[in-house]
Amino acid sequence: MKHKTFLWFFLPSGMAMFLFIAMPIVSVLTQSVYAPHEQVIREVENCTLFGCSKATQIDQEATRALRDAEPMGRFVGPSIYTDRNHLAFAEIAGIWRNASGLGDFFGQVTNLPFYDALSFTLTYTALVTPLSLAFGLIIALAVNALPQLFRGPVIFVSLLPMIVTPLVGALILFWMIDARGVLGAALQALAGDPGLSIKASTPLMWTMLIVYGVWSSAPFAFVIYYAGLQTVPGDTLESAMIDGASRWERIRYVILPHLLPLTTFMALIKIMDNFRVFEPIVSFSAGAHAKSLSYFIYSDLGGETRLLSSAAATSVLTIAGIIVLISPVLVRTWHAFGRVRA
Amino acid sequence: MTTRVADRRPMILRVVMSSFLVLWLIVAAFPFLWTLWGSFKVEGDFFSKADWLNALTGPLTIAETGGSFTSSGYYGAWVQEEFWRAAMNSLTVVVCVVCISLTFGTLGGYALSRSPYRYAFWLLLISLVFRAMPPITLVSGYLLPFFEWNLWGHLPTAIIVLVAINQPFTLWMLTSFFRNIPKDLDESAMMDGCSRFQAFRHVIIPVMWPGVITTGLFSFLLAYNDFAVTAMLLSKENQTMIPKIASFLGTTQTKGNVMFAVSSVISVTAPLFLLVMFFQRQIVSGLTAGAVKG
Repeated sequence: MKHKTFLWFFLPSGMAMFLFIAMPIVSVLTQSVYAPHEQVIREVENCTLFGCSKATQIDQEATRALRDAEPMGRFVGPSIYTDRNHLAFAEIAGIWRNASGLGDFFGQVTNLPFYDALSFTLTYTALVTPLSLAFGLIIALAVNALPQLFRGPVIFVSLLPMIVTPLVGALILFWMIDARGVLGAALQALAGDPGLSIKASTPLMWTMLIVYGVWSSAPFAFVIYYAGLQTVPGDTLESAMIDGASRWERIRYVILPHLLPLTTFMALIKIMDNFRVFEPIVSFSAGAHAKSLSYFIYSDLGGETRLLSSAAATSVLTIAGIIVLISPVLVRTWHAFGRVRA
Repeated sequence: MTTRVADRRPMILRVVMSSFLVLWLIVAAFPFLWTLWGSFKVEGDFFSKADWLNALTGPLTIAETGGSFTSSGYYGAWVQEEFWRAAMNSLTVVVCVVCISLTFGTLGGYALSRSPYRYAFWLLLISLVFRAMPPITLVSGYLLPFFEWNLWGHLPTAIIVLVAINQPFTLWMLTSFFRNIPKDLDESAMMDGCSRFQAFRHVIIPVMWPGVITTGLFSFLLAYNDFAVTAMLLSKENQTMIPKIASFLGTTQTKGNVMFAVSSVISVTAPLFLLVMFFQRQIVSGLTAGAVKG
């Protein structure tokens, strides 16, 4: 295809991505080094019969004029990145000097807002990704053993947790797990503690969010593993059997290697999706116990005072984080492409 | 169909597998059924302090409304709180997003699939990176410019933003789909004197619909399920359904508001339910197409 024709075909899509994905990244980068203008303070002299006194007051008009003239704010360099709400270098140095041990050090660091969000996001990604893949594989193996007749309905039901709106799916679970909901009541009965409430406990909240994560992403893994199982070479399986391979050995040496490329693909997609975990935290109103990076940005953006600069700095750090996470895949794709071309 | 030797399973394994499957089906389906049933009760029954069985039998519902089912949650959400307005907004957003992203995506995906040059690969790699970025990080980049240029709060803004966020995925999916359509098809049309665009129009468009429909389903899901973009970029009167539900939650102090949320949750899930029912095959094939060729 000629360059010129390619350009015309690709133009609409390229423009959309340039204007609304590439430019916002630039916008986020610039915003993160600007802070809102401080209020203009004016000194006024109040003179009375008994003499003059100086007082400071906020000059509303000048403040507004300044803010209108330079909506970006004032340039502050990387200071937003290093402040307490983000990378918090000074605080970490202080904690390092005073901490009694490594455990204490990490405990204190994860109390800082950014590291708190980062640690939840990473824990969530690191647990939900493998768990949902494993779960999906087991479901796929079980469905594969079913008679053809039942497979359609089973797949239908299995798709539901994945297809439902994340905010809505999480709400449905949350209402059941609420202290007054059916699962909440069951848990209270099991634990023998009528005061047990998910909303009051950080570990329980983390567990529930991870349970939600596995519930909603296992179907994706199931569908893909199921499709992969349909293409397992039957001949190889049978010859493995003739060679005396046990059931487990057949899974280990024939089926799993066959599914390996699918696993890498799904791990990539799931890492991307889990790293942006956001809606369940809104649904569970879990903000007090578990914050993800996305939720951190969201709570900065929302509310009366929109902390745009703080949100922008967190966004830049988040984008950097996800690029680091998927970089092995990017590098591998790049090499693979190089081989094809060579 | 005869069973292959390799497919025979010992009894105990079959029992374990089947009971696991039954358990999974309950886990997958029960929350929806429970909430559907509960949405026709009053709040005191759905969230019962006394006894969880109340949610099934509904003594308070009978006491308060006279019947064992009540649609007051639905009435309150759809009529009183004007959920229908949010539903109309959602419909507009979803239809526009699907149409525009498919138009852009087919053109772009076709071009990427037919270009032998290195930049096509780079564009795909960059869009993979774009796909990886959480939408909320982009939202924080939109807010200031959109406020400045008075673009904030309008439906078209949210639509074009969702189209853009949707592009990377659409491009990947359609590129891999177009690669499976033999090049000879459009190239022979060009031999016969068609321009590239005429070849696309007369030869490719008639055969591309299965791939486009599958991709469209996923665009639909993205636009329909979105919360981050629509919650932050739309003004209150232009709100779509998902942010509207979230706003019901913010005001749970008022009695009955939770039931508005419960009934609107069911209202939002119902179309998705139908979607899976009718398009199960396409959804499954779309998911696997990406994986197998990806």
